[in-house]
Amino acid sequence: MNIIVVGLSHKTASVDIREKVAFAPTQMDKPLRAVVSLDDITEAIIVSTCNRVEVYAVTKDIAGGMARIKRFLAEYHNLSLDTLEPHLYSLHSEDAIRHVFRVSSSLDSMIVGEPQILGQIKTAYGYAAEFKSSGIILNRFLHKAFSVAKRVRTETKIASSAVSVSFAAVELAKKIFGDLSDKTVMLVGAGEMCELAAKHFLNNGVRGVMVTNRTFERAERLADELQGRAVRFDDMFDYLHQADIILSSTGAPHTIIGHKDVEEVIKRRRMKPMFFIDIAVPRDIDPKVNDVENVYLYTVDDLQEVVATNLQQRGVEAMKAEEIVEQEIGQFFKWLSSLDITPTIVALRNRFDEIRRAELDKTLATWKDLPPDGRKRLEALTNAIMNKLLHPPTTLLKKSGQGGRADLYVDSLRALFDLQIGIDDDEVDLEE
Amino acid sequence: MNDALFIVALCLYGIATIAYLIYLVKPSELLGKSAHWLLIAGFLTHCTTMVTRYLAAGYTPITNLHEALSFFSLAIVGLFIYFERRYKLHILGSFVTPVALILMITALGFPSQIGQLNPALRSRWLAVHTIFAFTGYAAFTVSFGAAIMYLIQQRFLKQKKFGPLYQRLPSLDVLDDISYRCLTYGFPLLTVAIITGAIWAEIAWGTYWSWDPKETWSLITWFVYAALLHGRLTTGWRGKKASILSIIGFCILLFTFLGVNLLLPSLHSYNRPGVVDK
Repeated sequence: MNIIVVGLSHKTASVDIREKVAFAPTQMDKPLRAVVSLDDITEAIIVSTCNRVEVYAVTKDIAGGMARIKRFLAEYHNLSLDTLEPHLYSLHSEDAIRHVFRVSSSLDSMIVGEPQILGQIKTAYGYAAEFKSSGIILNRFLHKAFSVAKRVRTETKIASSAVSVSFAAVELAKKIFGDLSDKTVMLVGAGEMCELAAKHFLNNGVRGVMVTNRTFERAERLADELQGRAVRFDDMFDYLHQADIILSSTGAPHTIIGHKDVEEVIKRRRMKPMFFIDIAVPRDIDPKVNDVENVYLYTVDDLQEVVATNLQQRGVEAMKAEEIVEQEIGQFFKWLSSLDITPTIVALRNRFDEIRRAELDKTLATWKDLPPDGRKRLEALTNAIMNKLLHPPTTLLKKSGQGGRADLYVDSLRALFDLQIGIDDDEVDLEE
Repeated sequence: MNDALFIVALCLYGIATIAYLIYLVKPSELLGKSAHWLLIAGFLTHCTTMVTRYLAAGYTPITNLHEALSFFSLAIVGLFIYFERRYKLHILGSFVTPVALILMITALGFPSQIGQLNPALRSRWLAVHTIFAFTGYAAFTVSFGAAIMYLIQQRFLKQKKFGPLYQRLPSLDVLDDISYRCLTYGFPLLTVAIITGAIWAEIAWGTYWSWDPKETWSLITWFVYAALLHGRLTTGWRGKKASILSIIGFCILLFTFLGVNLLLPSLHSYNRPGVVDK
């Protein structure tokens, strides 16, 4: 039995691709049923957020299962597999387990440590449980993932660390301005990255947001969403001096804010500091702006470097988190491989034989006038009884093959007869 | 007795300064708090030294270099403790307490015995003039410390190369605020010191202003800080420019205080041994 993961995320696909592959949360029954009805796929969960779409499934045919899920994703969303395939990653066994543990621990998020992802996976698991597309393996797997996430959250400071670009921008702003509660952010261009950063600034208590964009309607729409004010693009320089933090991400082919402009604006502000963040490629803001007194200009590359430094400084935390993930993978993988049928049958047989031998020895030891062939006959008798008892479960197991039912039987047998198949059974945290 | 108390205060300052300097590289709340309380203990001991000296001498003990240095240091520590509590900022101590400690050690190098007071100094203006002057100096010293911190932090942010101190130093805004606030305390104090000095000179020497080197340099110091304050209030000088001026101001101030006394012949040479005052 193998766990496989097929999907795409912010690391492999741009937002326009992610949008096309996303599943509507209100009607998850259809895709879930479709996935479990694919050949050799016995269990499935679909996680769909704005940053990732992933299918977790259980299969005995790794390559075939992956291919079928890929085809399903393309067909379901009316896309050609050729356009979708380059963005998809597929993982199996330990790599798949590691991936899901890392995702639910928010180690794979765009903003590492952000808390929403765990809730999103729990919701996805809820749908799968509701529509019975998950079974014994994924149930256990997801519960394990939740407890790993909980461990990472409580045992490391990863959740509070500033490792994302927009988080880094906020941290820098705090080092420049101290208190952000009387500061205003201006968005030049209504790009996605800007929006994300703006939201971060709002979460950190900035007073207000201004949005300007070449198409005024888009500025208005975003301003609405951020509860800010829309400014016409041509009027930008009339408002720039009111902004303390400027996030720029237009698609302009040349710089739109020059060195001279900023020198004038800062004088108008009586030299109060300004923090420019240029997210656009090519640049929106003249690099020389950084030389203006009390003005700080950071590009995405600069921020990325800050993030790298942060990561380095907090590397201990990230490493701790990864270590927790690795530990848990080991344990879970042991349990998963114990679900294989053959070792279970062997273990069951050994268990029965152990009991038979122990009882036989006890009887023979006290039997004084045992006939000469008595021992042989007793052996045959007890063996026959044992084989008769073991015959139906063994055939049933072999017949059911590798699949959802077999896993259920195997798991039950292990519990009922206390079979140790090379694992130390850790109780899964079910209260999550 | 008095000297012993002075040594105790000096030692407490010394240990506190070392703690503040370690705090610079080792972020530990316990260390910061310990440094803070050690400094307060030193401050109280130092205050006691001053009071016993006052009682023994019968005049405000700011009459020779030893006493002046000692009081300057006391004022710096007192003012710093106020800012440290107000901004909850131990790290400021790493930049300010060393100055106070150096002044204390320098004071140790000058004779400390309580002598007969020069007749010219026997006046109630002595207390007013000197206390205002040195409290003003202390405010400029704290401003100097904050200015240095500002320049370091500003450099990190401009050059985008973040040394280990980056995380430890507070925001530019806080540093600029401290530097500015100290200026608004220090400038009026210095102004009052100069005015009371002039009045006292009129009473003692019969002239308000005699272009004595001390007076000249005090005026230069006053002009530098006046320019800085003016720039801040009108054209919004702040940040780097203001910090550099604050540091320049502090250097001139040090010269006004020590350089003039030790290098130039002046009416303000206090009871320097071997120098007969006018």
